[in-house]
Amino acid sequence: MQSQMKESDPILEVENLFASTDNLPILKGVSLTVYPGEIHAIMGRNGCGKSTLSKIIAGHPSYNITNGDIKFSGENINSLEPEERAQSGIFLGFQYPIEIPGVSNLEFLRVSTNARRKFLNKEELDTFDFEELVKEKLELVKMDHAFLSRSVNQGFSGGEKKRNEILQMALLEPKIAILDETDSGLDIDALRIVASGIKKISNSQTGIILITHYQRLLDEIEPNYVHVMADGQIIKTGGSNLALELENKGYEWTDNFVKES
Amino acid sequence: MVNENLVKDVVKEPYKYGFVTDIETEKIAKGLNEDIIRLISQKKREPKYLLDFRLKAFKKWQKMDEPDWAGLGYKQIDYQDIIYYSAPKQKEKISSLDEVDPKLLETFDKLGIPLTEQKKLTNVAVDAVFDSVSIATTFREELAGHGVIFCSISEAVKNHSDLIEKYLGSVVPASDNYFAALNSAVFSDGSFVYIPKGVTCPMDLSSYFRINSGDSGQFERTLIIAEESSSVSYLEGCTAPMFDTNTLHAAVVELIALDDASIKYSTVQNWYAGDEEGVGGIFNFVTKRGKCLGKRSKISWSQVETGSAITWKYPSCLLLGEESVGEFYSVALTNNLQQADTGTKMIHIGPKTKSTIVSKGISAGNSINSYRGLVKMGTKATGSRNYSQCDSMLIGDQASANTFPYIKSQQPNSEIEHEASTCRISEDQLFYLQSRGIEFEEAISMMVSGFCRDVFNQLPMEFAAEADKLLALKLEGSVG
Repeated sequence: MQSQMKESDPILEVENLFASTDNLPILKGVSLTVYPGEIHAIMGRNGCGKSTLSKIIAGHPSYNITNGDIKFSGENINSLEPEERAQSGIFLGFQYPIEIPGVSNLEFLRVSTNARRKFLNKEELDTFDFEELVKEKLELVKMDHAFLSRSVNQGFSGGEKKRNEILQMALLEPKIAILDETDSGLDIDALRIVASGIKKISNSQTGIILITHYQRLLDEIEPNYVHVMADGQIIKTGGSNLALELENKGYEWTDNFVKES
Repeated sequence: MVNENLVKDVVKEPYKYGFVTDIETEKIAKGLNEDIIRLISQKKREPKYLLDFRLKAFKKWQKMDEPDWAGLGYKQIDYQDIIYYSAPKQKEKISSLDEVDPKLLETFDKLGIPLTEQKKLTNVAVDAVFDSVSIATTFREELAGHGVIFCSISEAVKNHSDLIEKYLGSVVPASDNYFAALNSAVFSDGSFVYIPKGVTCPMDLSSYFRINSGDSGQFERTLIIAEESSSVSYLEGCTAPMFDTNTLHAAVVELIALDDASIKYSTVQNWYAGDEEGVGGIFNFVTKRGKCLGKRSKISWSQVETGSAITWKYPSCLLLGEESVGEFYSVALTNNLQQADTGTKMIHIGPKTKSTIVSKGISAGNSINSYRGLVKMGTKATGSRNYSQCDSMLIGDQASANTFPYIKSQQPNSEIEHEASTCRISEDQLFYLQSRGIEFEEAISMMVSGFCRDVFNQLPMEFAAEADKLLALKLEGSVG
């Protein structure tokens, strides 16, 4: 399906990726290509390697790539530091956003935004200008200004943490966003806010990978492709119907594919 | 676990004050006995009461044992192998800064404390202490115009003997502890501040202590008196060259606040900490105490402790006056094999007294960082309150942090609140910040500085910037 002719070059190419942590193999040959404007969903049982894949693309130091390549805008990024990947436009929305006591959310967002802007040769923003920018973005995720003066994610509810992730995505304007179970722990209203935020931020130039267990996020954001992962591999790729089929038949249905492959 | 080597690189501090000034000094023979003390006193042409004060202290010291309750590990100090008086040679009487040895001025220039008329800091008066003596004090005339006395303690002994005789040793008696007794016997110089009634000191006052000589100890003494309804903000900075031997620094600081007076005493301590193997560095055994003598008086200690091989220091408040207030805000950062045992004592004696303790300890490398504090409510301290918060942050998995809060209350109608926490900079936190484009070094620095924010907010403006820079410097390194 991905072999069809594309007008532009891919943003992200994961080629036959093998990775392990503590000598335990987690990814066993994953390939995935994302073009601008595409939305991909990755589904699969807990422990199938979905989150690991997202962390490895973002450069988490706990995992070793034992074989294969990750290319971003055509460049191999296997050995880049996480901050270099982020600055160049890779965004990872965390399943469990981390609390950082004492560091104000506003300052964190500003330093982070400026790191990205510096990479893009854009002028860095002072506190005043940044306040203006962030105000506008807060609207997207319906967050109150008071969030900014609190410590990063500290004491935030599950939903607030996820909205804070989308706020970061809005500020950083990534070329590719990998959203790891952004829908988990959200009630229906919060899910809609988050989904509409993601839709507003993404455009024909951005690629999005949604890692999820549930159809309900995909009802809000329709993916171009759905991939099913099992045991460190993508075992099936299809259109948005695949997610519906999976919802009906359960993951047991996919066990057959593993056997086949 | 956080990548150990990476963290090691980041917290490795390039100590930029480690140079030695090559200057001719007048040193007396090594060793400690009555003759040495008489010699120091004679060199300073002191009145008899002061010599007696010294000799009495020495007698007491001889009967005392070096304290070991802090459990610090260090090589036995040989008190006979220390030079107790070392001063740069210069003219007997110096009438202006022009007569100060240019090498000394250059030294302080290099330390960022210019003293000359053209270059001196504009908003802070500085008393510069080099080894055993005070070299210069800036803005003296301007301060004198407000009735403020700011000079070396040797000078105060000559010109303000009544105040010295009345207050010296009144807060920290010579017999208080082993190191205070030693200081009382051999102190050579230090700063003296007197703020008259009703005066708000027009500028911050500051002492800068520089140890230059490797084999002499520094034993300075600071005395600050704030009369009724006066206020002053005092800053203290310290550095020393890098020697592979240990140098003893045993200071005594006494503060006295009368009715409605307030003293804010801030320290940025950056003595040489020794190398990665723990060789060299300053042994910092300091007694600092303030007496809130007057009603509604206030003494506030804030400290940023980053240096010294060993820090043993408990800036304390005796809250005598009704409704008097004591505060202690501390950041202590240890790395490599540094050991810090620091905290405070808040002794509530008068009614409706209030104290606040906020302590932040950061330990990296193989260092040990302990908070040790005492909050005591006396029988008359009715309606008094204390709030303590002691937080520790660990960087890496070899460092340790301890909290030893001692609470004694003899007054049921008083409140004591204690909160403590320990956290570790986790790989997940670092990764989170990095995944937002923030460099590794800056990520650690952000977290440390966020951790210390409650304390930094208490520092005077000039110092807050310096403290932030100092921590950043300590955390700076060549990553990757």
